[in-house]
Amino acid sequence: MLKIIDQPRYVCALGAMQTVQGIHRGVPVLHAGPCCAQKLAEGIAGNNGNSGYISPHIYPCTNISEKETIFGGEGRLKETIENALKVLDGDLFVVLSGCTVEIVGDDIAQVVSEFSDSGKPIIYVETAGFKGNNLEGHQWVVNAIIEQYLAKQPPKDKIKGLVNIWGPVPSYDPFWVGNVRELEALVASLGLTPNSIFGEYRGIDNIDKVPQAEFNLLVSPWLGLDTVKLLETTFGTPYLHCPTIPIGAFESTHFLQTVGAFAGISSAKIKTITQAKEKEYYYYIERNSDVFLENRSMSRRFSTVSNAADALSIAKFLVNDFGLFPARQYITDATPEPYRDAIRQYFKEFQYGIEADVLFSTDGYLIHEDIKKTDYFGSPLLVGSIFEKKLAEKLSGNFLAVSVPIKERLILDSSYVGYRGGLKLLEDIYGYVLRKFN
Amino acid sequence: MVVNLKSHQNENRESRLGSITGYSGTLRDLSAQSGCGGPANRERCFSQASLCNAACALGLTSFIVDAVIVQHSPSGCAVTAMSVSNSTDQLAATIKLDNSRSAYVCTDMNESDTVFGATENLGQVIRETYQRYQPKAIFIGASCVSGVIGEDLESIARELHDELGIPIAPIHCEGFRTKIWASGFDAAFHAILTHIVKKPEKKTNVVNVINFFGGARKEITEIFSHFGIEPIFVITNTTVDQLARMSESIATLSTCGTLGTYLGNGLEEAYGVPYVRSLQPHGIAGIESWLGELGKVIGKEKEVAAFLAGEKEKYLPQINEIKKKLKGLKAVVGMGPGFGFNTIRSLQELGVEIVYSAAWHFDKEYDDKKAPNAFQYLVENSPNNYPMAVSDLQNYELINILNTIRPDIFFARHPGSAVWAMKLGIPAICLYDEYAVFGYKGLLNFAHSIHDVVTNRSFTNNLSKRVDLPYSDWWLNHKADHFLKKEAHHA
Repeated sequence: MLKIIDQPRYVCALGAMQTVQGIHRGVPVLHAGPCCAQKLAEGIAGNNGNSGYISPHIYPCTNISEKETIFGGEGRLKETIENALKVLDGDLFVVLSGCTVEIVGDDIAQVVSEFSDSGKPIIYVETAGFKGNNLEGHQWVVNAIIEQYLAKQPPKDKIKGLVNIWGPVPSYDPFWVGNVRELEALVASLGLTPNSIFGEYRGIDNIDKVPQAEFNLLVSPWLGLDTVKLLETTFGTPYLHCPTIPIGAFESTHFLQTVGAFAGISSAKIKTITQAKEKEYYYYIERNSDVFLENRSMSRRFSTVSNAADALSIAKFLVNDFGLFPARQYITDATPEPYRDAIRQYFKEFQYGIEADVLFSTDGYLIHEDIKKTDYFGSPLLVGSIFEKKLAEKLSGNFLAVSVPIKERLILDSSYVGYRGGLKLLEDIYGYVLRKFN
Repeated sequence: MVVNLKSHQNENRESRLGSITGYSGTLRDLSAQSGCGGPANRERCFSQASLCNAACALGLTSFIVDAVIVQHSPSGCAVTAMSVSNSTDQLAATIKLDNSRSAYVCTDMNESDTVFGATENLGQVIRETYQRYQPKAIFIGASCVSGVIGEDLESIARELHDELGIPIAPIHCEGFRTKIWASGFDAAFHAILTHIVKKPEKKTNVVNVINFFGGARKEITEIFSHFGIEPIFVITNTTVDQLARMSESIATLSTCGTLGTYLGNGLEEAYGVPYVRSLQPHGIAGIESWLGELGKVIGKEKEVAAFLAGEKEKYLPQINEIKKKLKGLKAVVGMGPGFGFNTIRSLQELGVEIVYSAAWHFDKEYDDKKAPNAFQYLVENSPNNYPMAVSDLQNYELINILNTIRPDIFFARHPGSAVWAMKLGIPAICLYDEYAVFGYKGLLNFAHSIHDVVTNRSFTNNLSKRVDLPYSDWWLNHKADHFLKKEAHHA
């Protein structure tokens, strides 16, 4: 069978270096080729937060050359770790290996184990590019933190109301910083205490609190299930799985009801909270309803071309909140086979018995051919990555890039999560619609 | 033989040109050591992520508007396709080129491919991509994995060339092959010289301008019209057919010595297209040399002299005026050698003192066996013998130096480097646009940029006050060349 990636929308497992960078004062140490860091970061982080306290251009890296492909690179790795610990001021060092050294057969675990007394947490993850993609890599990194670091700490008591939040993938989700913040805000609005390990100034302190949570909250259709199950077996922490990232009033209210019920909060209290938020949300919707209802360019039918998480959450918003109708939805993140049926089912659970067909493919060319053949009974709205821009123009449709590669937009703290996130998504969609004659 | 076009692949710069990535000393010491066998390269026992030849080779090639890149690699290497996505469209749109026949796809090598090989899938991907896009040429991008497991890209290329009837050119840019990413330019140009460029059928009045993205297309086209010649900006934003006819051009010029050496010398050697040896067109001496030497090659000295005199009259008084405001400024420059040496010369023309420079690699000679003109010019003309290092983007060395020297301004050109000076409170300019200091007007603009950046320090100061450096005090208190190994290996 032909194996091809046309229009790549994800990278290899080593792309999980961005997961380490997403942890404040986390330091990826790469045992890999000289350009892996720079290229992967430019491709997935791009314009949207490629630098920080540490940046891909300064990651310690063994910069594997021909010599190491012949003689092995264990010595090189050893001196690189040794000096990285001296030169860089970090809280968690994560050694990530690339393709060449894993083919050559370097014993990375052995080299890293020699630094167990270094005074700084140092773990390793084998992230050779040929072993998986950056989503799997992300999960391997988080799981390695649990297994190689947290599981070795002395047990601590649970903290009432503390909730670990898992879901957004640093950099791969261009809105991850804002999305983490908004998920925290939603959880906090219920009177719970959110705990996320990613984002500004969280870092090792929040990692240390992970075993103390009352429960783990996974907001993602499939990625992270391994992690919350691992946390359940390691620390006995139960988990709640919310497949849909809540966008807009409908899903946000549903989200607060689900999380609140799981946390044992009374439905009366939850209702008070959601009613206030919905009222505010619909103040803005009401004020702008003429724009939504009276224009010549907006689409009625849409397709998402994105990873499972974004495709699902945006589709849910556009259907359940905003009244659009779904055409086929395209999932491009190479979702592992065992999760696909469940995801197909999620797309059958819209309001009013509305269902959407789902196509899983990593071949952007085929996806585009399929979209071209589809009758949207009007101009389509395509929500995907920059690859859909020219296609939308060709089809006289509307377009919004929300997933990598995203290009042509700068994302600082924006988020599509929560009640405000729904409003932001409408702003961005209509930012395109209103460029045309109306 | 200058450039060996009989071989399947270019030699890397380390062995072909004696280029190095590790050195610490001074400008004139480096020159003195560049005799037989030298300068010696010094390895590092600590390094930070650098760049690779594949990024250079395939990044550049992906901008050819009717060619396809098939990268034989795991998914991560093809991230370059994500990086150049949209950018290729934006650039093509600037001159209304149709780039619908271009694409960048990947064979997505997995674990079993690393054991059993995957040339069969590579062949299928090439066929499929040909069907999809009908390109005029297909480049096969090598990767570390394809190299380590020994995939035979040449055989598959020959086989598919016969089958599809278009050039199928492997680019040997395995990341581990060289520490000098500029070797990737050579790899791309080697593939183009051996598979794309055709024997000349006629001579034209076109000059090949080797550059990155043609930012001064309008200006140069206008300038060249005074001399009765036309530029073609290669190799980005061109068609395969235009590249095939580079052999018919009257001369080749380059905006960057590092970039241009392999293609310029290769075209001269194989097809007799003169490669103009000059400074690059930065600032006054640069443009005088660049156009002056071109004028000699094409027999238009008088026209060139008249044009340059007009430029001088128009801009020199203004340059002299702004120069007064830059007096006393001290600068550090951290760039690749091609742009670095030319930028330093331009800064010296503005009276800015260079207190330190880092070159991301150093070629003691180019493919014509001559030292780079821009380097030689500095050795002969620099008012001071400033300290310099050769380092492949080693940020920890640079931060150490900047923290010690505390210059008034830092100049960069590579991704992710400018901000680190700013974190120390040192204003920085990233000269991303290769034509930012082009000729007299470019120098005038550049002078004003420097003035503006050192005068309004708000962004730099606001940032530096609020961020922490990730480097330990231990490191900042050591010498910058602490991790350069003492024993020097001759290249």
